[in-house]
Amino acid sequence: MAKIKSPEGLEKFRQELVAGLDPDMPSISVCTGSSCLAFGAGEVLAAFKAEVAKQGLEANVTTKAAGCPGFCERGPVVVIYPEEICYLQVRPEDVAEIVSTTIKEKKVVERLLYTDPSTGEVAIHEYDIPFYKNQKRLVINNNIKIDPRSIDDYIAVGGYSALQKVIEGMTQEEVIEEIDKSKLRGRSGSGFPVGFKWESCHKSSGGDPKYIICNCHEGDPGAFADRRLLEATPHTVLEGMIIGCYAIGSPMGYIFVGDEFPQTVENARQAIRQAEEYGFLGKNILGSGFDLTIEVYIDGGGYVLGESTALMASMEGRIGEPRTKYDHGTDRGLWAKPTVLNNLQSWANVPFIINNGAEAFRAIGTEESTGTRVFSLKGKVNNTGMVEVPMGMTFRELIYDVGGGIRGGRKFKALEAGGPMGGFIPESLLDTKIDYEEMDQVDLAMGPGLLVIDEDTCIVDMVKFFLTFLANESCGKCTPCREGLKQMLWIFDKITTGRGEVGDLELLEEIAAVQQEAALCALGQGAAGPLLTSLKHFREEFDAHIMEKRCPAGVCKELSQNKIYSQAR
Amino acid sequence: MDEAKIDQVIDKHHSKAGSLIQLLLDIQEESGWLSKEILERVSEKLQVPLGLVQQTATFYKAFRVVPKGQHVINVCNGTACHSRGAQHVLDKIGDLIGIKPGETNVNHSFSLESRNCLGHCALGPVVEIDGKAHSIITLDEVNDVIKKYE
Ligand SMILES: Cc1cc2nc3c(=O)[nH]c(=O)nc-3n(C[C@H](O)[C@H](O)[C@H](O)COP(=O)(O)O)c2cc1C
Ligand code: SF4
Ligand code: FES
Repeated sequence: MAKIKSPEGLEKFRQELVAGLDPDMPSISVCTGSSCLAFGAGEVLAAFKAEVAKQGLEANVTTKAAGCPGFCERGPVVVIYPEEICYLQVRPEDVAEIVSTTIKEKKVVERLLYTDPSTGEVAIHEYDIPFYKNQKRLVINNNIKIDPRSIDDYIAVGGYSALQKVIEGMTQEEVIEEIDKSKLRGRSGSGFPVGFKWESCHKSSGGDPKYIICNCHEGDPGAFADRRLLEATPHTVLEGMIIGCYAIGSPMGYIFVGDEFPQTVENARQAIRQAEEYGFLGKNILGSGFDLTIEVYIDGGGYVLGESTALMASMEGRIGEPRTKYDHGTDRGLWAKPTVLNNLQSWANVPFIINNGAEAFRAIGTEESTGTRVFSLKGKVNNTGMVEVPMGMTFRELIYDVGGGIRGGRKFKALEAGGPMGGFIPESLLDTKIDYEEMDQVDLAMGPGLLVIDEDTCIVDMVKFFLTFLANESCGKCTPCREGLKQMLWIFDKITTGRGEVGDLELLEEIAAVQQEAALCALGQGAAGPLLTSLKHFREEFDAHIMEKRCPAGVCKELSQNKIYSQAR
Repeated sequence: MDEAKIDQVIDKHHSKAGSLIQLLLDIQEESGWLSKEILERVSEKLQVPLGLVQQTATFYKAFRVVPKGQHVINVCNGTACHSRGAQHVLDKIGDLIGIKPGETNVNHSFSLESRNCLGHCALGPVVEIDGKAHSIITLDEVNDVIKKYE
């Protein structure tokens, strides 16, 4: 492939690609996201290829290794185009029947369709399934239509048109202004205005070169949305980053990601290679005179590495411990140069904003929290997976309309948002909107993970889980965090094994208050989030453990008689 | 891993001290773990104190300073799997093969890891062995799954 040398050249190339596609040609998309692969999507894809060949359909049917559409729990997911018939939990044994029945005879295979567990209604198309119907998918809508490993697929559905538009006729300032006007805010949960951060770095006199970093670390034990997004649509992220680098004037960008999902890293690296080959990275991008290199930086693992100063220390090859922030990263960041660090989802929203304008983005969501948010929705809801919903939706809508309500007709107990530094809310606060300010008011954080728990989950045990996690992940640099977490855990050990005493909860609150004030970084400062919110809303459950030596949910082994390991599937 | 090969990886990173982590990751990808000899060689070549190399190899979770077992068992202990009893699964597997998370058994047949969310939440608790996921519905199934690899 020869490099594309101008925005016009890219447009021409796209038109040729589209002209070469027959929209009526049957196409079989098999999700090859990490989850579907782990449950056998590779074999399903191979079976489709073999069956299509066996039935002599190779010239008339395409098979595609597609990106994750988010409904991982029902994987392997298969979608048949052009009808958009969606089959779930497909096994290699089902493949021959799908090819003869659906591809050849144009009939559906009923047993592989989605059935609503509450109404018993069957959904044939992807867009009929409540899980999808109630989402608003700006970033992840094309995932299942295209192969994340194919730049041509991405270009054919309009990919890189935002970059084209920028190079064709937007100044650096105009790009920044558009992002600023969109009110896009930091998707790590920080809520920090992205446009403002870009502008500070753009104007910074802190020297050259400037750097940008895409934070795809996602060390939260309950989230996979950022990494799955990068895996499923790496070019969307790259396009956002290229536009950001252009606007800021940075010749070097990094994607900071762990290697525990090999597929994610592989797809990101391949996307970079392809973008270089096509001339969207490298020297003189699309004839603009702008040069840019983007690399994947594999993080060494550890929750605290997501913190900005620890992240940069680790990228410089040092021990990833946070330090006190005397200056802004946009003035003195990586290698002491001006740096923009944004969450992966912050970058992934950029192409939409440039393509459709700030107005269109602001039209979605609330006044101050605009656009959509991709979450990993999990726990005791009927539909779990990666979901993209508009800001301003209430958590009740998210859990009952998208998530399909609580599994097995059990009773909702709490929602956890924001991971180890987040918090729990009870049923009475479920009408809280997905909105930075509203969530802050009820002590929730806008992290990528949402966990729904029901009456069978012990809240004391869940808090202990988060504290154990944080105690393991604390870098140990400062005392309130390192020792405080250890003491908290020791008290939790007492409470969950029947040795809790009056005064324990007050002592926990005291330690938490010291941590919030005195810890060096946000990990220590936020560590008490799950504890304090659950003490506020579920104190009686703690009391039951301490006063009655009883675990109402039957989870804490020592406090439950007849503990049988049960599963609410 | 012999010295020449280690040197090769180091050279690929232009022997830069700043690339210590990336270079150790690359070496580990080849050798499976970071032996004392490897750390010493890296320290010598990069002119970085051995203590610092060791600190790096033990600070970051991705590094292993003991060899991996033949089969790696990853038990997802993310929030959702935990709320469905992953801890019990982890305990049971630990009992069966006689090691704790983060350890490798004496005959190097198994390594056990407690992991953050693997993204297969709806099927949790999930145990991934050598990259293949198993959904565990009752604790008894643990025996059957492990047996397959013994
Ligand atoms: C302990 C800790 C862990 C963090 N982990 C992440 C992470 O995994 N991903 C992320 O984008 N930001 C994480 N952050 C926030 C980042 O430091 C930083 O604020 C963010 O990447 C900025 O992006 P945004 O403004 O686009 O939201 C973490 C912060 C702390 C204190
Ligand atoms: S608060 Fe915890 S993680 Fe942060 S610097 Fe202190 S010890 Fe390290
Ligand atoms: S991995 Fe296939 S639907 Fe998510």
